Amino acid sequence: MSAGDAPVGIVLVSHSAGVAESVAGLARGLAGSGALAPVAAAGGAPGGGLGTDAELIAAAASHVDRGAGVAVLADLGSAVLTVKALLAEDGELPAGTRLLDAPFVEGAVAAVVTASAGGDLDAVAAAAQEAYGYRKV
Amino acid sequence: MLDTAFFLSWLTLAAEAVDREAGRLTELDSAIGDADHGSNLRRGFAAVRAALDAEPPATPGAVLVLAGRQLISSVGGASGPLYGTLLRRTGKALGDAPEVSPGEFAEALRAGVAAVAELGGATAGDKTMLDALEPAAAALAGTTDSFAAARTAAEEGARATVPLQARKGRASYLGERSIGHRDPGAASSALLLAALAQAAEDRA
Repeated sequence: MSAGDAPVGIVLVSHSAGVAESVAGLARGLAGSGALAPVAAAGGAPGGGLGTDAELIAAAASHVDRGAGVAVLADLGSAVLTVKALLAEDGELPAGTRLLDAPFVEGAVAAVVTASAGGDLDAVAAAAQEAYGYRKV
Repeated sequence: MLDTAFFLSWLTLAAEAVDREAGRLTELDSAIGDADHGSNLRRGFAAVRAALDAEPPATPGAVLVLAGRQLISSVGGASGPLYGTLLRRTGKALGDAPEVSPGEFAEALRAGVAAVAELGGATAGDKTMLDALEPAAAALAGTTDSFAAARTAAEEGARATVPLQARKGRASYLGERSIGHRDPGAASSALLLAALAQAAEDRA
């Protein structure tokens, strides 16, 4: 691991505060009973409603940053674009923050399980992205 | 030369236009989007004005960088990071010069538009704001006379999105049902270019 035993932090960005919170709860619940990686939800628009709040994302990323990197999962459109726009500038998000290319729910579960098991940021990213490979029919 | 006051004037005029036309933008967005484009941009440009009033930046580049940051923070929809990136990248390309030539601005705006295309993964013809921004940036030949040409190019580009089928964003889920509606992002881009031309005319 890159920073001692510190876990990778996970941020879940959704258009909906309820979706972000619920997926965070689902991922925590499925991650097992051991030490849990820090997970923060950043859902909804500035001032409430559906949308994306850049300040909320930045605060969530700082909150879960333990020095081992922060993995961000985003749902759609503005959630993805806002994270990418923040990443394009230095100092907006903690060093070592990465947007994962992954499905939101399945990727979040894979990311939290992997981070909680001590995986580094590359391992967390790989696990989340692998969730795309699981076909349902 | 274009000074800091010119860029403050542009963004003030843009904010006024967005405020005035917010209802029309939301109406366009209700046809093929989620009916929040006007209200989102109005909130974003109100934040831009408040930030510029609170601490007026000293250079053209700093005006655009600050405005772009405000749009990313406060819009709440995809137009926030897209317009925020447009202004921020354009501002960064201008550097910290106290005045810039129209040619330098035209060059910087092309860099800003290219950054928008990269962020959104869109190209002209996808029925997005790029259908107005790309022809406008191309029409800016580097003289203040060409600001009017850029306004016309943006307006024509926005109008030309009507028969297109959307290939990006929420509207793309509608498939053929997106045909026949003007793209709201192209419409708001035309407002920004009209404000730019107005700022150039007010200055003359």
